[in-house]
Amino acid sequence: MADKVMNENNTAVQVTDLRRTFGDFVAVDNISLSVTKGEIFGFLGPNGAGKSTTIRILCGLLMPTGGTGTVGGFDINKESELIKQVIGYMSQKFSLYDSLTVEENIKFFSGVYNVPKVKKKERMEWVLEMAGLMEKRNTLTRNLATGFKQRLALGCAILHEPRIVFLDEPTSGVDPISRRKFWDLIGEMSQAGTTIFVTTHYMDEADYCDRLALMYRGKIIAEGTPNELRKKYMSRDVLEVNVDKVVEAFNVLSLHRIEAAIFGSTLHVMVDDRETSRAHISSVLGDSGITVKGIEKIPPSLEDVFVTLIEVS
Amino acid sequence: MKLLRVKAIMKKEFIQIWRDPLSLAMAFIMPVILLFIYGYAITFDIDKIPTVVFDMDKSSLSREFVNQFHESGYFRVNSYVDNYKAIDPYLDAGRARVAVVIPEDFSKNVHKGCNVKIEVLIDGGDSNTATIAQGYAIAIAEGFSQRFRGSRVTPFIDSRSRVWYNNELKSRNFIIPGLIAIIMAVIIALLIALTIAREWDRGTMEQLISTPVKTPELIIGKLIPYFLIGFADTILTILMSTLLFNVPLRGSVILLLGLSGIFLFGGLSFGMLMSIVGKTQLAASQAALLTSFLPAFLLSGFIFSISNMPKPLQIVTYFIPARYFVTILKGIFLKGSTLKILWLEALLLTLFAVLVFIAANRKFRKRIE
Repeated sequence: MADKVMNENNTAVQVTDLRRTFGDFVAVDNISLSVTKGEIFGFLGPNGAGKSTTIRILCGLLMPTGGTGTVGGFDINKESELIKQVIGYMSQKFSLYDSLTVEENIKFFSGVYNVPKVKKKERMEWVLEMAGLMEKRNTLTRNLATGFKQRLALGCAILHEPRIVFLDEPTSGVDPISRRKFWDLIGEMSQAGTTIFVTTHYMDEADYCDRLALMYRGKIIAEGTPNELRKKYMSRDVLEVNVDKVVEAFNVLSLHRIEAAIFGSTLHVMVDDRETSRAHISSVLGDSGITVKGIEKIPPSLEDVFVTLIEVS
Repeated sequence: MKLLRVKAIMKKEFIQIWRDPLSLAMAFIMPVILLFIYGYAITFDIDKIPTVVFDMDKSSLSREFVNQFHESGYFRVNSYVDNYKAIDPYLDAGRARVAVVIPEDFSKNVHKGCNVKIEVLIDGGDSNTATIAQGYAIAIAEGFSQRFRGSRVTPFIDSRSRVWYNNELKSRNFIIPGLIAIIMAVIIALLIALTIAREWDRGTMEQLISTPVKTPELIIGKLIPYFLIGFADTILTILMSTLLFNVPLRGSVILLLGLSGIFLFGGLSFGMLMSIVGKTQLAASQAALLTSFLPAFLLSGFIFSISNMPKPLQIVTYFIPARYFVTILKGIFLKGSTLKILWLEALLLTLFAVLVFIAANRKFRKRIE
């Protein structure tokens, strides 16, 4: 049973017209998507876009209001308990037991996932190694730093070597180095054939994914590989404008109906014609007493893509 | 059902209780405190009631009469006054709760064989004590007068009471067996009611229900540690009752433990059900407190006799399992009752336990909603 064949076209997750409402609020608004076996599928979008609700439905934790679909070949409406046997899930909120040690948490989940006795030890060592927790195996989980906690949670969710792993905001609140390590791990798992379905609101993480879906207000507004998205949705150029007073510059540009977005200490401006725009921006900002340190064309980041898409919709 | 999963959950639950000082205190210190409070501090026995005497007769006979009060052990004559008014301050300030007034013609009338009236004033502020004190006072007066009537009047019917099962009428003997039910109710209300709700509150449940764990595995795995703690408490309480408080245990210990186990199982399943329904820790513990601890305390016959309750309340008690368990406890401890006598109570307890366990399993959803 555990090896019920996935769809002939190698699909790990597939949903059609998935919908979930909470009273009047439509959290997931008739979305359709499919994820191929072994791919890293990134689910992007701002907080409250409906990513977590979607993931919970896929994991069998929440019933959809409408729509059909399968996860690992099992029906999301009827076979949620079977789905739970082939998936690993890491919820957004850290949800291991605080008063248990690292090792006790691992032992608990390998018990609950029914990891065979002969493999238990090996899997535990693997998780400890992977999470870099070898020396902290007897530390109470509550005393771990966030990065470690996150990796331990991932470890506990994949102890039983699930075919599909759902990760809900796995890197939120984690320092950049830990985030990097985390994505390396996810890459390794995907190499080994595990399907990864991951949500994030860090746009810079999107490039680690094989394919992306951008979710906004319950709807999927764009889908494709990172490069496809860049090409398809960014016909315009992005200029990075380096100025001394970012917020003032942003206000000035808005006043002149020039589309811009603040990125740290710089502005990204979407333009149709690079050369005329460059001159135009310089003069507009110069007139307002803002010093322009430089204007440069940059390749559009996925965040630029996303900002554009949200403005369109 | 996978034994490995039940074991994993059980172990986890044990570790959590073990590392939580509050739970531990609740599990092992609470029963001892309760036992001490009910064993020593609260007693419904009446003895050495402070008594003031106004003896107008001042004869050897009146002194002998007063002595009867003192020697009974129920009253302690601690002061004498010489006028009526002087009694008031004693009663008002609580320095005495009973006043005995002996009229001037006391010894004269006794010798004549006339009707003698003495006055006993009782502080009715505590009606329980007052009623009992009144009873003792009448008994002492009757005993005294019988000695003087001699054989002149022989009553047709001589009624003599003998108290069975608790012949010293020690309230401790009747309270402590029932206390076992109360201690279990505390554990149920305050410990297990949190077990599911806590996981929802902390978000750990979301992780747990994403695993293939089955509902009965989860519920049984969580029940076992609390069952063992509750059972340890039961043994502790029985040992303290018999060894420390000398409450007689006349029936079978095996039967007592067996039926305690059934009650415990039912109660824990009920607490679990509250935890499942309550969802938040606060709601769950309050629901458990209201539905298991309080009824066990007030409506089980533990302290307040069911037959003295108003009829509607008596009907309510039939739905409270602690009622049957208190009957069982008192029966086994004091009367040495066997299963032949207690079978109905045992059956009802079992029925309750099974139904509530099934309800808890059905009510639990491996879903967020």
